[in-house]
Amino acid sequence: MSKPKLTRRNFLIKTTTTACEVGLLGAGLAFYANQSKAVPPYVIRPPGALLEDDFLGACIRCGLCVRDCPYDTLRLAELGESVAIGTPYFIARNIPCEMCEDIPCVKVCPTGALDHSLTDINKSRMGLAALIDQETCLNFLGLRCDICYRVCPLLDEAITLDTIHNKRSGKHTMFLPVVHSDNCTGCGKCEYACVLDVSAIKIFPSQLVKGQIGKHYRLGWIEQEKAGGSLLEGIMDLPDRLPEGGL
Amino acid sequence: MKWFKTHKFLLLRRITQLSILGLFMLGPWFGLWIIKGNLTASLILDTLPLTDPYVLLQSLVAGHIPEIIGLVGAGIIILFYLLVGGRVYCSWVCPINIVTDAAAYLRTKLAIKTRTKFSRSLRYWILGMTIIVSWLTATIAWELVNPVSMLYRGLVFGMGLAYAMVIAIFLFDLLISQRGWCSHLCPVGAFYSLLSKFSWLKIDASKRKQCDDCMDCFNICPEPQVIKPALKQFENQSLILSPNCTNCGRCIDICEKDVFNFSIRSHVGK
Repeated sequence: MSKPKLTRRNFLIKTTTTACEVGLLGAGLAFYANQSKAVPPYVIRPPGALLEDDFLGACIRCGLCVRDCPYDTLRLAELGESVAIGTPYFIARNIPCEMCEDIPCVKVCPTGALDHSLTDINKSRMGLAALIDQETCLNFLGLRCDICYRVCPLLDEAITLDTIHNKRSGKHTMFLPVVHSDNCTGCGKCEYACVLDVSAIKIFPSQLVKGQIGKHYRLGWIEQEKAGGSLLEGIMDLPDRLPEGGL
Repeated sequence: MKWFKTHKFLLLRRITQLSILGLFMLGPWFGLWIIKGNLTASLILDTLPLTDPYVLLQSLVAGHIPEIIGLVGAGIIILFYLLVGGRVYCSWVCPINIVTDAAAYLRTKLAIKTRTKFSRSLRYWILGMTIIVSWLTATIAWELVNPVSMLYRGLVFGMGLAYAMVIAIFLFDLLISQRGWCSHLCPVGAFYSLLSKFSWLKIDASKRKQCDDCMDCFNICPEPQVIKPALKQFENQSLILSPNCTNCGRCIDICEKDVFNFSIRSHVGK
Protein backbone atom coordinates (compact mmCIF):
# COMPACT_ATOMS: atom_id res chain seq x y z
CA MET A 1 0.00 0.00 0.00
CA SER A 2 1.64 3.21 -1.11
CA LYS A 3 0.25 6.34 0.38
CA PRO A 4 0.72 9.83 -1.08
CA LYS A 5 3.41 11.69 0.79
CA LEU A 6 2.04 13.69 3.66
CA THR A 7 3.39 17.10 2.91
CA ARG A 8 2.03 20.20 4.54
CA ARG A 9 0.40 21.11 1.24
CA ASN A 10 -1.33 17.74 0.92
CA PHE A 11 -2.46 17.85 4.51
CA LEU A 12 -4.00 21.31 4.15
CA ILE A 13 -5.72 20.45 0.88
CA LYS A 14 -7.16 17.22 2.26
CA THR A 15 -8.33 18.79 5.47
CA THR A 16 -9.96 21.70 3.69
CA THR A 17 -11.67 19.42 1.21
CA THR A 18 -13.09 17.21 3.93
CA ALA A 19 -14.18 20.20 5.98
CA CYS A 20 -16.02 21.61 2.97
CA GLU A 21 -17.68 18.29 2.15
CA VAL A 22 -18.82 17.66 5.68
CA GLY A 23 -19.77 21.33 6.02
CA LEU A 24 -22.04 21.02 3.02
CA LEU A 25 -23.61 17.90 4.51
CA GLY A 26 -24.02 19.77 7.79
CA ALA A 27 -25.68 22.71 6.06
CA GLY A 28 -28.17 20.32 4.52
CA LEU A 29 -28.82 18.69 7.87
CA ALA A 30 -29.22 22.07 9.55
CA PHE A 31 -31.78 23.23 6.99
CA TYR A 32 -33.64 19.96 7.37
CA ALA A 33 -33.53 20.29 11.18
CA ASN A 34 -34.98 23.78 11.00
CA GLN A 35 -37.63 22.68 8.55
CA SER A 36 -38.67 19.86 10.85
CA LYS A 37 -39.69 22.39 13.49
CA ALA A 38 -42.63 23.28 11.28
CA VAL A 39 -45.35 20.88 12.30
CA PRO A 40 -48.81 20.62 10.73
CA PRO A 41 -51.40 22.34 12.94
CA TYR A 42 -53.41 19.15 13.55
CA VAL A 43 -50.42 17.51 15.20
CA ILE A 44 -50.82 17.73 18.97
CA ARG A 45 -47.94 16.89 21.29
CA PRO A 46 -48.51 14.92 24.53
CA PRO A 47 -49.29 16.72 27.82
CA GLY A 48 -46.45 18.76 29.22
CA ALA A 49 -44.56 18.86 25.91
CA LEU A 50 -42.12 21.73 25.63
CA LEU A 51 -42.73 24.25 22.88
CA GLU A 52 -41.86 22.85 19.45
CA ASP A 53 -38.61 24.84 19.26
CA ASP A 54 -37.32 23.20 22.44
CA PHE A 55 -39.07 19.88 21.96
CA LEU A 56 -36.87 18.66 19.11
CA GLY A 57 -33.77 19.26 21.21
CA ALA A 58 -35.22 17.48 24.20
CA CYS A 59 -37.24 14.52 22.91
CA ILE A 60 -35.01 11.47 22.58
CA ARG A 61 -37.61 9.56 20.49
CA CYS A 62 -37.72 6.52 22.75
CA GLY A 63 -41.48 6.08 22.63
CA LEU A 64 -41.86 5.38 26.34
CA CYS A 65 -44.74 7.89 26.49
CA VAL A 66 -46.44 5.97 23.70
CA ARG A 67 -46.02 2.72 25.61
CA ASP A 68 -47.37 4.09 28.87
CA CYS A 69 -50.41 5.78 27.33
CA PRO A 70 -53.29 3.50 28.38
CA TYR A 71 -55.55 4.64 25.54
CA ASP A 72 -53.22 4.21 22.56
CA THR A 73 -53.63 7.91 21.90
CA LEU A 74 -49.99 8.64 21.19
CA ARG A 75 -47.93 7.44 18.26
CA LEU A 76 -44.40 8.02 17.03
CA ALA A 77 -43.99 9.81 13.72
CA GLU A 78 -42.67 7.54 10.99
CA LEU A 79 -40.40 8.45 8.11
CA GLY A 80 -42.46 10.10 5.41
CA GLU A 81 -44.83 11.94 7.75
CA SER A 82 -44.51 15.68 8.05
CA VAL A 83 -43.57 15.41 11.72
CA ALA A 84 -39.97 14.99 12.92
CA ILE A 85 -39.35 11.24 12.79
CA GLY A 86 -39.73 9.36 16.04
CA THR A 87 -41.42 12.15 17.96
CA PRO A 88 -44.74 11.46 19.74
CA TYR A 89 -48.00 13.12 18.83
CA PHE A 90 -51.70 12.54 18.51
CA ILE A 91 -54.45 13.71 16.20
CA ALA A 92 -57.43 14.77 18.28
CA ARG A 93 -59.99 13.84 15.63
CA ASN A 94 -58.68 10.24 15.65
CA ILE A 95 -58.04 9.61 19.34
CA PRO A 96 -58.09 12.47 21.85
CA CYS A 97 -56.17 12.63 25.11
CA GLU A 98 -58.13 11.07 27.98
CA MET A 99 -56.35 13.25 30.52
CA CYS A 100 -55.26 10.55 33.01
CA GLU A 101 -54.92 12.02 36.47
CA ASP A 102 -51.53 10.39 37.06
CA ILE A 103 -50.21 11.50 33.62
CA PRO A 104 -48.18 8.32 32.92
CA CYS A 105 -46.77 9.65 29.63
CA VAL A 106 -45.10 12.56 31.40
CA LYS A 107 -43.86 10.50 34.33
CA VAL A 108 -41.99 8.02 32.15
CA CYS A 109 -40.27 10.59 29.91
CA PRO A 110 -36.52 10.20 30.56
CA THR A 111 -35.52 13.62 29.28
CA GLY A 112 -38.21 15.99 30.45
CA ALA A 113 -39.26 16.79 26.88
CA LEU A 114 -42.59 16.20 28.57
CA ASP A 115 -42.12 18.54 31.49
CA HIS A 116 -42.17 16.69 34.82
CA SER A 117 -43.32 19.81 36.63
CA LEU A 118 -46.75 19.14 35.18
CA THR A 119 -48.53 17.21 37.94
CA ASP A 120 -52.10 18.40 37.45
CA ILE A 121 -53.42 17.29 34.08
CA ASN A 122 -55.96 20.11 34.13
CA LYS A 123 -53.04 22.51 33.88
CA SER A 124 -51.65 20.93 30.73
CA ARG A 125 -51.78 22.97 27.54
CA MET A 126 -51.49 20.58 24.62
CA GLY A 127 -53.22 23.05 22.38
CA LEU A 128 -56.27 25.21 22.38
CA ALA A 129 -59.75 24.42 21.09
CA ALA A 130 -61.19 26.91 18.65
CA LEU A 131 -64.73 26.81 17.36
CA ILE A 132 -63.37 27.75 14.03
CA ASP A 133 -66.40 27.29 11.79
CA GLN A 134 -69.46 29.06 13.12
CA GLU A 135 -71.29 28.54 9.84
CA THR A 136 -71.61 24.79 10.30
CA CYS A 137 -71.70 24.47 14.09
CA LEU A 138 -75.18 23.16 14.87
CA ASN A 139 -75.49 25.32 17.97
CA PHE A 140 -74.76 28.40 15.90
CA LEU A 141 -77.56 27.28 13.60
CA GLY A 142 -79.87 27.40 16.58
CA LEU A 143 -79.95 23.66 17.34
CA ARG A 144 -79.10 22.07 20.65
CA CYS A 145 -76.20 19.79 19.81
CA ASP A 146 -74.03 20.89 22.74
CA ILE A 147 -71.82 17.82 22.38
CA CYS A 148 -68.51 19.66 22.60
CA TYR A 149 -69.73 21.30 25.76
CA ARG A 150 -70.94 18.00 27.22
CA VAL A 151 -67.79 15.95 26.57
CA CYS A 152 -65.40 18.59 27.82
CA PRO A 153 -63.53 17.21 30.87
CA LEU A 154 -63.64 20.72 32.32
CA LEU A 155 -67.37 21.16 31.88
CA ASP A 156 -68.50 24.76 32.18
CA GLU A 157 -64.91 25.88 32.65
CA ALA A 158 -63.15 25.31 29.36
CA ILE A 159 -66.30 25.52 27.24
CA THR A 160 -69.39 27.43 28.33
CA LEU A 161 -72.65 28.00 26.53
CA ASP A 162 -73.46 31.64 26.07
CA THR A 163 -77.07 32.47 25.32
CA ILE A 164 -78.13 34.85 22.60
CA HIS A 165 -81.44 35.62 20.94
CA ASN A 166 -82.15 33.60 17.80
CA LYS A 167 -83.00 36.23 15.26
CA ARG A 168 -83.93 33.70 12.59
CA SER A 169 -86.78 32.09 14.49
CA GLY A 170 -87.47 35.24 16.44
CA LYS A 171 -88.50 33.39 19.56
CA HIS A 172 -85.74 30.95 20.51
CA THR A 173 -82.44 31.17 22.31
CA MET A 174 -79.16 30.06 20.75
CA PHE A 175 -76.59 28.38 23.01
CA LEU A 176 -73.19 29.27 21.66
CA PRO A 177 -70.17 27.22 22.76
CA VAL A 178 -67.39 29.53 23.90
CA VAL A 179 -63.87 28.24 24.62
CA HIS A 180 -61.96 29.76 27.52
CA SER A 181 -58.23 29.60 26.97
CA ASP A 182 -57.36 29.85 30.64
CA ASN A 183 -59.00 26.47 31.26
CA CYS A 184 -58.79 24.59 27.95
CA THR A 185 -56.12 21.84 28.05
CA GLY A 186 -56.32 21.01 24.36
CA CYS A 187 -57.20 17.39 25.06
CA GLY A 188 -59.28 17.28 21.89
CA LYS A 189 -62.38 15.53 23.21
CA CYS A 190 -64.57 18.29 21.70
CA GLU A 191 -62.98 17.94 18.27
CA TYR A 192 -63.28 14.16 18.49
CA ALA A 193 -66.93 14.31 19.50
CA CYS A 194 -68.18 16.95 17.06
CA VAL A 195 -70.99 15.30 15.10
CA LEU A 196 -70.25 17.08 11.82
CA ASP A 197 -68.48 15.28 8.99
CA VAL A 198 -65.67 17.76 9.47
CA SER A 199 -65.41 19.05 13.00
CA ALA A 200 -66.40 22.69 13.52
CA ILE A 201 -64.32 22.87 16.69
CA LYS A 202 -60.64 22.00 16.36
CA ILE A 203 -57.53 21.88 18.49
CA PHE A 204 -54.57 23.93 17.33
CA PRO A 205 -51.26 24.81 18.90
CA SER A 206 -52.26 27.68 21.11
CA GLN A 207 -49.85 30.19 19.57
CA LEU A 208 -51.77 29.74 16.31
CA VAL A 209 -55.08 30.55 17.94
CA LYS A 210 -54.42 33.06 20.68
CA GLY A 211 -54.37 36.78 20.11
CA GLN A 212 -52.55 39.03 22.49
CA ILE A 213 -53.54 42.44 23.80
CA GLY A 214 -50.81 45.06 23.67
CA LYS A 215 -48.70 44.99 26.83
CA HIS A 216 -49.49 48.61 27.63
CA TYR A 217 -53.21 48.04 27.30
CA ARG A 218 -55.38 48.16 30.44
CA LEU A 219 -59.01 47.18 30.59
CA GLY A 220 -60.73 49.88 32.62
CA TRP A 221 -63.30 47.72 34.31
CA ILE A 222 -60.71 45.18 35.40
CA GLU A 223 -58.39 47.85 36.76
CA GLN A 224 -61.34 49.36 38.55
CA GLU A 225 -62.17 46.03 40.13
CA LYS A 226 -58.56 45.50 41.18
CA ALA A 227 -58.34 48.94 42.75
CA GLY A 228 -61.73 48.58 44.33
CA GLY A 229 -62.95 51.76 42.76
CA SER A 230 -62.31 54.26 40.03
CA LEU A 231 -58.65 55.17 39.63
CA LEU A 232 -59.46 58.78 38.82
CA GLU A 233 -61.42 60.93 41.16
CA GLY A 234 -64.14 63.30 40.16
CA ILE A 235 -64.98 61.86 36.75
CA MET A 236 -68.16 63.41 35.45
CA ASP A 237 -70.78 60.84 34.49
CA LEU A 238 -72.25 62.10 31.25
CA PRO A 239 -75.78 61.05 30.36
CA ASP A 240 -75.84 57.92 28.17
CA ARG A 241 -77.14 58.40 24.68
CA LEU A 242 -80.05 56.10 24.21
CA PRO A 243 -81.68 55.09 20.94
CA GLU A 244 -84.40 57.40 19.82
CA GLY A 245 -87.63 56.83 21.66
CA GLY A 246 -85.77 55.48 24.64
CA LEU A 247 -86.03 51.92 25.89
CA MET B 1 -18.49 -28.73 12.43
CA LYS B 2 -15.78 -26.72 10.74
CA TRP B 3 -18.46 -24.23 9.67
CA PHE B 4 -19.41 -23.68 13.29
CA LYS B 5 -15.82 -23.13 14.29
CA THR B 6 -15.30 -20.50 11.61
CA HIS B 7 -18.60 -18.77 12.27
CA LYS B 8 -18.84 -19.02 16.03
CA PHE B 9 -18.72 -15.32 16.83
CA LEU B 10 -20.76 -14.38 13.80
CA LEU B 11 -23.46 -16.73 15.04
CA LEU B 12 -23.21 -15.43 18.59
CA ARG B 13 -23.48 -11.88 17.33
CA ARG B 14 -26.54 -12.60 15.23
CA ILE B 15 -28.13 -14.38 18.19
CA THR B 16 -27.35 -11.40 20.42
CA GLN B 17 -28.64 -8.84 17.92
CA LEU B 18 -31.83 -10.77 17.31
CA SER B 19 -32.38 -11.59 20.99
CA ILE B 20 -32.15 -7.93 21.96
CA LEU B 21 -34.55 -7.07 19.16
CA GLY B 22 -36.73 -9.97 20.28
CA LEU B 23 -36.86 -8.60 23.82
CA PHE B 24 -38.06 -5.28 22.44
CA MET B 25 -40.65 -7.06 20.28
CA LEU B 26 -42.07 -9.17 23.14
CA GLY B 27 -44.00 -6.11 24.27
CA PRO B 28 -45.77 -5.05 21.09
CA TRP B 29 -46.26 -8.64 19.89
CA PHE B 30 -47.16 -10.52 23.06
CA GLY B 31 -47.80 -7.85 25.65
CA LEU B 32 -44.75 -8.98 27.62
CA TRP B 33 -43.05 -5.76 28.68
CA ILE B 34 -39.58 -6.82 29.78
CA ILE B 35 -38.07 -3.87 27.99
CA LYS B 36 -39.88 -0.79 26.75
CA GLY B 37 -38.73 1.89 24.34
CA ASN B 38 -36.06 1.47 21.70
CA LEU B 39 -32.31 1.92 21.24
CA THR B 40 -32.31 5.66 21.96
CA ALA B 41 -33.73 5.10 25.43
CA SER B 42 -35.49 2.25 27.18
CA LEU B 43 -36.70 1.01 30.50
CA ILE B 44 -36.08 -2.57 31.66
CA LEU B 45 -38.85 -4.01 33.86
CA ASP B 46 -40.06 -0.46 34.46
CA THR B 47 -37.03 0.26 36.62
CA LEU B 48 -33.61 0.11 34.95
CA PRO B 49 -33.13 3.02 32.54
CA LEU B 50 -30.86 2.89 29.49
CA THR B 51 -30.11 5.92 27.33
CA ASP B 52 -28.00 6.31 24.21
CA PRO B 53 -25.21 8.66 25.32
CA TYR B 54 -24.67 10.02 21.79
CA VAL B 55 -28.29 11.10 21.45
CA LEU B 56 -28.18 12.55 24.95
CA LEU B 57 -25.00 14.46 24.09
CA GLN B 58 -26.73 16.05 21.11
CA SER B 59 -29.65 16.97 23.37
CA LEU B 60 -27.24 18.56 25.85
CA VAL B 61 -25.53 20.73 23.24
CA ALA B 62 -28.99 21.61 21.92
CA GLY B 63 -29.44 23.23 25.29
CA HIS B 64 -31.68 20.77 27.09
CA ILE B 65 -30.89 19.31 30.51
CA PRO B 66 -32.48 15.84 30.77
CA GLU B 67 -34.11 14.27 33.80
CA ILE B 68 -31.79 12.44 36.20
CA ILE B 69 -33.13 9.09 34.99
CA GLY B 70 -31.97 9.90 31.46
CA LEU B 71 -28.49 10.75 32.68
CA VAL B 72 -28.32 7.59 34.80
CA GLY B 73 -29.34 5.56 31.75
CA ALA B 74 -26.54 7.08 29.71
CA GLY B 75 -24.08 6.41 32.55
CA ILE B 76 -25.02 2.73 32.61
CA ILE B 77 -24.55 2.43 28.85
CA ILE B 78 -21.19 4.22 28.96
CA LEU B 79 -19.92 2.00 31.76
CA PHE B 80 -21.09 -1.13 29.98
CA TYR B 81 -19.34 -0.27 26.74
CA LEU B 82 -16.21 0.85 28.55
CA LEU B 83 -16.11 -2.71 29.81
CA VAL B 84 -16.84 -4.68 26.66
CA GLY B 85 -15.59 -2.23 24.02
CA GLY B 86 -17.47 0.75 22.62
CA ARG B 87 -18.00 -0.59 19.16
CA VAL B 88 -19.49 -3.79 20.54
CA TYR B 89 -22.59 -1.66 20.05
CA CYS B 90 -21.90 -1.75 16.31
CA SER B 91 -21.22 -5.43 15.86
CA TRP B 92 -23.36 -7.00 18.58
CA VAL B 93 -26.39 -4.70 18.89
CA CYS B 94 -26.86 -2.37 15.93
CA PRO B 95 -29.46 -3.65 13.44
CA ILE B 96 -27.81 -1.89 10.50
CA ASN B 97 -24.80 -4.14 11.07
CA ILE B 98 -26.80 -7.08 9.76
CA VAL B 99 -27.70 -5.07 6.66
CA THR B 100 -24.16 -3.91 5.91
CA ASP B 101 -22.64 -7.31 6.71
CA ALA B 102 -25.05 -8.79 4.19
CA ALA B 103 -24.01 -6.18 1.65
CA ALA B 104 -20.33 -6.88 2.31
CA TYR B 105 -20.89 -10.63 1.96
CA LEU B 106 -22.76 -10.22 -1.29
CA ARG B 107 -20.18 -7.77 -2.56
CA THR B 108 -17.46 -10.37 -2.10
CA LYS B 109 -19.60 -13.16 -3.60
CA LEU B 110 -20.50 -11.09 -6.64
CA ALA B 111 -16.97 -9.72 -6.89
CA ILE B 112 -18.16 -6.13 -7.11
CA LYS B 113 -15.13 -3.91 -7.20
CA THR B 114 -16.33 -0.33 -7.34
CA ARG B 115 -13.77 1.99 -5.92
CA THR B 116 -15.52 4.91 -4.26
CA LYS B 117 -13.35 5.39 -1.22
CA PHE B 118 -13.90 7.54 1.80
CA SER B 119 -11.39 8.33 4.46
CA ARG B 120 -11.88 6.28 7.58
CA SER B 121 -11.65 9.46 9.59
CA LEU B 122 -14.61 10.97 7.73
CA ARG B 123 -16.98 9.56 10.38
CA TYR B 124 -15.31 11.65 13.06
CA TRP B 125 -15.81 14.75 10.96
CA ILE B 126 -19.46 13.81 10.56
CA LEU B 127 -19.69 13.15 14.30
CA GLY B 128 -18.35 16.63 14.96
CA MET B 129 -20.70 18.07 12.37
CA THR B 130 -23.76 16.51 14.02
CA ILE B 131 -22.76 18.01 17.36
CA ILE B 132 -22.31 21.47 15.82
CA VAL B 133 -25.60 21.25 13.90
CA SER B 134 -27.38 20.11 17.07
CA TRP B 135 -25.99 23.15 18.81
CA LEU B 136 -26.83 25.57 15.99
CA THR B 137 -30.37 24.35 15.41
CA ALA B 138 -31.17 23.37 19.01
CA THR B 139 -32.34 19.98 17.81
CA ILE B 140 -31.09 16.42 18.20
CA ALA B 141 -29.93 16.71 14.62
CA TRP B 142 -28.65 13.25 13.72
CA GLU B 143 -31.81 11.58 15.02
CA LEU B 144 -33.70 13.24 12.18
CA VAL B 145 -31.85 11.07 9.69
CA ASN B 146 -30.14 8.33 11.72
CA PRO B 147 -30.83 5.03 9.92
CA VAL B 148 -29.84 3.00 12.99
CA SER B 149 -32.59 4.29 15.24
CA MET B 150 -34.91 4.63 12.25
CA LEU B 151 -34.70 0.91 11.57
CA TYR B 152 -34.96 -0.08 15.22
CA ARG B 153 -37.81 2.27 15.98
CA GLY B 154 -39.40 1.17 12.75
CA LEU B 155 -39.34 -2.48 13.79
CA VAL B 156 -40.63 -1.79 17.29
CA PHE B 157 -43.08 1.03 16.61
CA GLY B 158 -43.88 1.16 12.90
CA MET B 159 -41.74 1.44 9.82
CA GLY B 160 -43.15 4.15 7.59
CA LEU B 161 -40.68 4.74 4.78
CA ALA B 162 -37.70 3.68 6.89
CA TYR B 163 -37.36 0.62 4.64
CA ALA B 164 -36.21 2.95 1.90
CA MET B 165 -33.39 4.20 4.11
CA VAL B 166 -32.30 0.63 4.91
CA ILE B 167 -32.38 -0.39 1.26
CA ALA B 168 -30.41 2.73 0.36
CA ILE B 169 -27.67 1.82 2.84
CA PHE B 170 -27.60 -1.77 1.63
CA LEU B 171 -27.21 -0.66 -1.98
CA PHE B 172 -24.65 1.97 -1.01
CA ASP B 173 -22.48 -0.65 0.69
CA LEU B 174 -23.08 -3.20 -2.04
CA LEU B 175 -22.55 -1.09 -5.13
CA ILE B 176 -20.85 2.16 -4.24
CA SER B 177 -18.43 1.83 -1.39
CA GLN B 178 -17.02 -1.23 0.34
CA ARG B 179 -18.02 -1.17 4.02
CA GLY B 180 -18.96 2.42 3.27
CA TRP B 181 -21.49 3.09 5.95
CA CYS B 182 -20.30 1.38 9.12
CA SER B 183 -16.57 1.76 8.60
CA HIS B 184 -16.42 5.23 7.07
CA LEU B 185 -19.50 7.39 7.57
CA CYS B 186 -21.67 6.46 10.53
CA PRO B 187 -21.22 8.97 13.39
CA VAL B 188 -22.91 6.62 15.86
CA GLY B 189 -20.06 4.15 15.38
CA ALA B 190 -17.59 7.03 15.58
CA PHE B 191 -19.04 8.05 18.93
CA TYR B 192 -18.77 4.53 20.29
CA SER B 193 -15.22 4.39 18.95
CA LEU B 194 -14.42 7.19 21.36
CA LEU B 195 -15.46 4.84 24.18
CA SER B 196 -13.39 2.05 22.63
CA LYS B 197 -10.31 4.18 23.18
CA PHE B 198 -10.56 3.44 26.89
CA SER B 199 -12.39 0.13 26.90
CA TRP B 200 -11.27 -3.00 28.63
CA LEU B 201 -12.09 -6.00 26.47
CA LYS B 202 -9.84 -6.23 23.43
CA ILE B 203 -8.86 -8.68 20.76
CA ASP B 204 -5.38 -10.03 21.22
CA ALA B 205 -3.14 -11.41 18.47
CA SER B 206 -1.50 -13.39 21.23
CA LYS B 207 -0.18 -16.24 19.08
CA ARG B 208 0.99 -14.01 16.29
CA LYS B 209 4.16 -16.06 15.89
CA GLN B 210 1.94 -18.71 14.31
CA CYS B 211 0.67 -16.29 11.64
CA ASP B 212 1.33 -17.59 8.15
CA ASP B 213 0.31 -14.40 6.31
CA CYS B 214 -2.74 -15.97 4.71
CA MET B 215 -4.57 -12.60 4.87
CA ASP B 216 -7.87 -14.23 5.88
CA CYS B 217 -8.32 -11.87 8.80
CA PHE B 218 -7.60 -8.78 6.69
CA ASN B 219 -10.16 -9.90 4.17
CA ILE B 220 -12.93 -10.61 6.65
CA CYS B 221 -12.34 -7.64 8.98
CA PRO B 222 -14.64 -4.64 8.54
CA GLU B 223 -11.82 -2.41 9.74
CA PRO B 224 -8.72 -4.24 8.45
CA GLN B 225 -6.39 -1.36 9.26
CA VAL B 226 -6.73 -2.13 12.96
CA ILE B 227 -5.05 -5.54 12.72
CA LYS B 228 -1.66 -4.65 11.40
CA PRO B 229 -0.22 -2.82 14.42
CA ALA B 230 -1.05 -5.71 16.73
CA LEU B 231 -0.14 -8.49 14.35
CA LYS B 232 2.96 -7.13 12.69
CA GLN B 233 4.25 -3.81 13.96
CA PHE B 234 4.80 -3.64 17.67
CA GLU B 235 7.33 -5.74 19.51
CA ASN B 236 5.80 -5.97 22.96
CA GLN B 237 2.15 -5.35 22.23
CA SER B 238 -0.23 -7.75 20.57
CA LEU B 239 -3.56 -6.20 21.57
CA ILE B 240 -5.70 -4.58 18.91
CA LEU B 241 -5.94 -1.17 20.52
CA SER B 242 -7.43 0.78 17.63
CA PRO B 243 -10.76 2.26 18.74
CA ASN B 244 -12.23 1.34 15.38
CA CYS B 245 -12.09 -2.40 16.14
CA THR B 246 -15.66 -3.56 16.75
CA ASN B 247 -14.78 -6.69 18.74
CA CYS B 248 -16.84 -8.64 16.25
CA GLY B 249 -14.55 -11.62 16.59
CA ARG B 250 -14.52 -12.55 12.91
CA CYS B 251 -10.71 -12.69 12.93
CA ILE B 252 -10.87 -15.21 15.76
CA ASP B 253 -13.38 -17.23 13.75
CA ILE B 254 -11.52 -17.19 10.49
CA CYS B 255 -7.90 -17.68 11.56
CA GLU B 256 -6.75 -21.24 10.97
CA LYS B 257 -3.73 -20.77 13.17
CA ASP B 258 -5.76 -19.51 16.13
CA VAL B 259 -3.71 -16.36 16.38
CA PHE B 260 -6.46 -14.24 17.90
CA ASN B 261 -8.45 -14.41 21.11
CA PHE B 262 -10.39 -12.06 23.36
CA SER B 263 -8.29 -10.59 26.11
CA ILE B 264 -8.29 -7.73 28.52
CA ARG B 265 -6.33 -4.58 28.44
CA SER B 266 -4.88 -4.51 31.96
CA HIS B 267 -2.04 -6.94 31.37
CA VAL B 268 -0.21 -4.61 29.00
CA GLY B 269 1.82 -1.75 30.26
CA LYS B 270 0.37 0.80 27.89
